[in-house]
Amino acid sequence: MNLKHLFRNEKTRRQALVQGYVVPDTARCVQCGICTYNCPINIDVRRHAWLGEPVKDSHCLTCGECVARCPRGVLRFERTNLFNPVEGGE
Amino acid sequence: MVRHVIIGGGPAGIAAAEAIRREDPRAELLLVCDDPYGYYSRPGLAYYLTGEIPEEMLYPFGEQDMRKLRMHITHDRATRINSFDRLVELQSGSSVAYDQLLIATGALAASIRTLGSELAGVVKLDCLEDAKRILKLARKARAAVVIGGGITALEIVEGLRARGVKTHYLLRGDRYWSNVLDETESKIVEHRLQEEGVQLHYHSEVDQILGKNGRVEGVRTEDGRQIPCDLVAVAIGIRPRTELAVKSGIEMDRGILVNEFMETSAPDVYAAGDVAQVYDLSTGKSVLDSLWSPARQQGHTAGMNMSGGRVPYLKTVAFNVTRLANLTTTIIGAVGQGADPDLIGIARGDSETWRQLPDAIAAQSDFDVNRLRLLVGNTTLLGAILLGDQTLSQALQQLVAQRVDITSVRDQLLKPKAPLAEIIANFYVQWKRENALARQP
Repeated sequence: MNLKHLFRNEKTRRQALVQGYVVPDTARCVQCGICTYNCPINIDVRRHAWLGEPVKDSHCLTCGECVARCPRGVLRFERTNLFNPVEGGE
Repeated sequence: MVRHVIIGGGPAGIAAAEAIRREDPRAELLLVCDDPYGYYSRPGLAYYLTGEIPEEMLYPFGEQDMRKLRMHITHDRATRINSFDRLVELQSGSSVAYDQLLIATGALAASIRTLGSELAGVVKLDCLEDAKRILKLARKARAAVVIGGGITALEIVEGLRARGVKTHYLLRGDRYWSNVLDETESKIVEHRLQEEGVQLHYHSEVDQILGKNGRVEGVRTEDGRQIPCDLVAVAIGIRPRTELAVKSGIEMDRGILVNEFMETSAPDVYAAGDVAQVYDLSTGKSVLDSLWSPARQQGHTAGMNMSGGRVPYLKTVAFNVTRLANLTTTIIGAVGQGADPDLIGIARGDSETWRQLPDAIAAQSDFDVNRLRLLVGNTTLLGAILLGDQTLSQALQQLVAQRVDITSVRDQLLKPKAPLAEIIANFYVQWKRENALARQP
């Protein structure tokens, strides 16, 4: 991993923090519960993945713990498009 | 009031119950489940074994979720279906009446026919009880021998390693999972296992499991070597749990045969999940899958049709994301072929369709431990496998599943040493953009 890559990761993370939420891909999820177990504020991320709903819980810190720990790539950050509503989304 | 009976509390059964409850709030729902732990994440057992999650986390549904389903649960085993009188006979001697019935009994590990296989300390990994047994044995075990292949064998190997047990992994042939992975991929996985301290034994077939006072003491291979151990784990594949259907005269092949509406040959009796051999509308073949998402989809379809709908199950391209020797791996579509000497038929987390390799040319590129292999058809991608870096996992899933025409980059992909990841990434971005434009009014 080079320096550029590292900065890009950091940038993505910061962007996610201000304008993103965690979105599940239900078809990949096997309900193992690693996401829920590792959520620092006990959001039931797994339930969201079962229902196919983004984690819109206002308490979500978008810390990325669940995204990083999911062994099956179920979760990803998606931009809320709060500042750019033209592209669809919310 | 319609009375729905579901046999089996895995994802197929639960998805059916959810669909039925949504379609018919007044329906009566009864679940017959012979697993004392009820509904839990079977794939999660791998992470329970490694210690990444505690047992409580294995249960996806809380009490409230279950209450919402208003489903009565009987912990019993169905022994026979009397489709004439519409009765399910139970092991306890009682029977339950049904109007609509779903068989979602799943699959069980195939057992090994070796001298000594009945000894205490010979284990498999089907259910939570098995996982608990492995953990209990691992606490005292110094060494273990794992036999078999596919995902389950590695789940056990890694669980045992995480618990500090010296682990011998016996392979019959010269490489791991030879009918899904190619040689390089097998080597990558094997190398990582060795780095984790797993002892690999190639060309090794167990002749006998040795024991003393009814307990495992070691194994003897066919070429006469002895490996001392206190635990032998067997993961040589699974078999659909079809004895109920067989006894009830329901039409069978490798699993219970169902049409695209998940109907069996018996009236108002459906089957879904690992037990079902499902008719695929797109290929005209009936195949077995042992995957979470198709099980859930099939259960949902069955539930919809049990409550009066007429919805076909449209098989999607089989894919799985799993961890092999701590390396995240995505398997999509047709990637391998033939038989694997370590497995009998299908394994858990497996699909028969992965080995239906049509005319395709393989293109591959490696970068460190990351590997990407594409099965390139005439106009589309037929399959893909990613080890390590998962950046393209979702993109490839879509490109394969939606049979996207890749003619424009086909030649580029097939050039020797082509930068596959880059070509696919660029192609995908453009395809998404064009799709977005096409959707605009």
